[in-house]
Amino acid sequence: MPEGIRDKVAVIGMGCTRFGELWDKGPEDLMIDAFKEAIEDAGIEKKDLQAAWQGGPEFTSVNVGDSALPLAQALKLPFIPVTKVENMCASGTEAFRGACYAVASGSCDIAMALGLEKLKDTGYGGLPEFTHWAAIGTKHRIIGANQTAPGMFAMLATRYFNQYKISPEDGKRMLAMVSAKSHHNGSMNPKAHLRREVTVEQIMNAPIVAWPLGLFDCCGVSDGSAAAIVCRADMAKNFKKDPVYVKSLQIAACSGEEEMYTNYDYTHIETTTRAAVRAYEEAGVKNAREEISMSEVHDCFSITEAVTMEDLQFSSRGKVMEDIMGGRFNLDGAQPCQPDGGLKCFGHPIGASGIRMIYEMYLQLRGKADKRQLKDPKLGLTHNLGGIPYRSVVSIVIVGR
Amino acid sequence: MAGITSYGAYVPLLRMSRKVMSAATGWSSSAMSLPGEKAVANYDEDSLTMATAAAIDCLNGGSREAVDGLYFATTTPPYRERQNAGIIATALDLRPEIRSCDFSDSLKAGTGALLAAIDAVTAGSDKNVLVCASDCRLGMGGSPQEVIFGEGAAAFQVGTENVIASLEGRYSLTLDFMDQWRMDGDRFNRSWEDRWTRDEAYTKFIPQAITGLLKKCGLEAKDFAKVIFPCIYLREHAAIARRLQLEPEQVQQEMLTTLGDTGTANSLMMLVAALEDAKPGDKILVASYGNGSDAMYFQVTDQIEKVRDRRAIKKHAESRKDLTSYEKYSAFRNVIPMEMGVRGEVGPTMVSMMWRDRKTILGLCGAKCKKCGTPQYPYQRVCVNPSCGAIDEMEYYRFSDKNGKLFSYTGDSLAYSVSPPEFYGIVEFEGGGRFAFNLTDCELDQLSVDMPVEMTFRKKYLDQVRGIHGYFWKAMPPRV
Repeated sequence: MPEGIRDKVAVIGMGCTRFGELWDKGPEDLMIDAFKEAIEDAGIEKKDLQAAWQGGPEFTSVNVGDSALPLAQALKLPFIPVTKVENMCASGTEAFRGACYAVASGSCDIAMALGLEKLKDTGYGGLPEFTHWAAIGTKHRIIGANQTAPGMFAMLATRYFNQYKISPEDGKRMLAMVSAKSHHNGSMNPKAHLRREVTVEQIMNAPIVAWPLGLFDCCGVSDGSAAAIVCRADMAKNFKKDPVYVKSLQIAACSGEEEMYTNYDYTHIETTTRAAVRAYEEAGVKNAREEISMSEVHDCFSITEAVTMEDLQFSSRGKVMEDIMGGRFNLDGAQPCQPDGGLKCFGHPIGASGIRMIYEMYLQLRGKADKRQLKDPKLGLTHNLGGIPYRSVVSIVIVGR
Repeated sequence: MAGITSYGAYVPLLRMSRKVMSAATGWSSSAMSLPGEKAVANYDEDSLTMATAAAIDCLNGGSREAVDGLYFATTTPPYRERQNAGIIATALDLRPEIRSCDFSDSLKAGTGALLAAIDAVTAGSDKNVLVCASDCRLGMGGSPQEVIFGEGAAAFQVGTENVIASLEGRYSLTLDFMDQWRMDGDRFNRSWEDRWTRDEAYTKFIPQAITGLLKKCGLEAKDFAKVIFPCIYLREHAAIARRLQLEPEQVQQEMLTTLGDTGTANSLMMLVAALEDAKPGDKILVASYGNGSDAMYFQVTDQIEKVRDRRAIKKHAESRKDLTSYEKYSAFRNVIPMEMGVRGEVGPTMVSMMWRDRKTILGLCGAKCKKCGTPQYPYQRVCVNPSCGAIDEMEYYRFSDKNGKLFSYTGDSLAYSVSPPEFYGIVEFEGGGRFAFNLTDCELDQLSVDMPVEMTFRKKYLDQVRGIHGYFWKAMPPRV
């Protein structure tokens, strides 16, 4: 086992824009807003940054463009190394990982990771019609089903209900609990896109998007940006009395096995399962259900959050229903999930989401989460799942005091 | 003696009652009153996909390596330049070293293709030629054509060995009779007066062709177990039979009231239906219609008992679903332009990639690892089996003829579809391999986890930017 990233890098400043349908803001505005908050929070100036990573956008065609130049030019970064990383929904976390690894390697002392996505300039709801490589007319889209994200995750629910003999009614109620909980949390978050409480009945009776998922089983679609300033752990207290330390950074990418081989059960996410095992090892976590105080996971759809609880070992296989119905992941539960409202309430500007999740952990660990503040959290976990259940990239970050 | 060695057919699942049509357009024209219903291609079907389905029924698991010719007859080819038969041959995963040809522009192109194939095997230039005929003609709203036209396909294999029905005689008429026509670029048929067509064409040419054949062969009508001829006028169909002094049981049941006039496939589909009921020793006479006629005399052999296992006409005809919305039918044919939304914008198709990956895309071929035996789709160079991982140890493996089960599924209202919701699911193939495919010819409440599915060649999208029909395979609940 390599020695890993644990306690080598600290987060000393973060910024996060309000997420939403930000019709009056372009991608440059989003980046500048997140950046301003982050450097003010860290108490540094632009010239102190020695490297930067831009996470996303995945949908470069939506008003941003390729390469890291959008970030470098929007912020007028003074010829420092700036790199764009893109790994679907894990892009923001990849940027964070790049910045942390740079600091840990000693190649720089202070680095920034900034994620962004401007989705609302496409003219329609939902995610844009896939990326250039997957536009209809390419091989992937000719041989692949004419799918959308809700449909591909809906099949996770179909198979999960079948495997664990859950009736569609009970299954939909379980999923409704997931969304109702996040809406409750999001209602207390001024930066969230959707800030309204929604009842379980409203959720269950909403129009179907892709059977069995209804409107409220799906996360929002929004614009947003978030940024993190990281530095060497041994110099963190020079900037912040209460920095947050990085305990683990893991990525797992599908090998194609789930898609084309026949051993995948389509009731879990293999990449999450694998990345979690490595993340806990790196962070020294022995019992995730007991030791992880809170999580922000990739609830692109309610079913995704449900199976992620099992993949992260918070719940046993096939048993997440008991934990959901028992309130384990509620704000006042034993292991709160999505204290900020999750993708459900923030929407999912792809490149920004990973850093937005770390932002909530950063607030919670430092007692700055206002009405959502949890009691004395020690370790927080963030999780992104890019792609679809059988063709995915998962990132996991564990941070703590 | 050369002749037919196998037969197959395809009838789309959907049927539209003519009452639905008259309710929709009767206010505009009440001239045409035809009872019954017609077979209607789904939104993702056309003459080419239906011909492929009929060819698969005809091959019935038989060797595809052995096929050395493919003829496709239609008046509604999806492409005017790019051989349609070549697309079918690729979809069927036939060898590239075959002769292929499109026969077109007349309703008798179907019998023309069949005769040409029989000539080829008689001459010895080819041993095993696959002939398919299909049409998807469009009538203008409220027109008699719209009421008459149906959609379907027939297919035959032709050879000199294991012949089930040998061609014993033929008689052709070529008459430039303009009852219906379409110029290049026309979507709808134009026609001359109905009564003229009835009295001067059907009522004359069909008897002329049939009696011509009888005379040429020295036979009489009573010698035939079945006599097959199309006619779009029910009363005249019966009148022609009377004129030929045929007993009712000698006349092959018309398909006009059940499936409609399926164009080039019409008389050939009736021939398939006759062969389904034929006994060894039967003589069958079939005449086509269209700018004249081709009449053929077949002698059924005892080999016919070996090719009974087909869906052909009977089973396909029994498997049906009502399409009760005329508006939906018109939208399927793009007669009513519907809002597609931006998700309906597709293309541009990468033509060089389509060529490079033609076996993967049109042929639905994946790979099978020679080391571990794992079938996988699409074709992989590195084995996907985690305990194997062999590199470049693959051989092509065809999935289109493998049955599967539906591992999971959904009905998606967000994805663009001509007929929403868009259905798709994970198909797990018998013998190994798994992939996500669109589902067609189904409803949500018909689907369940682990139900059986089979593959069907369909039109997946229309690339209007580059003018390309995007064909691929979908899964569907088995028709039988």
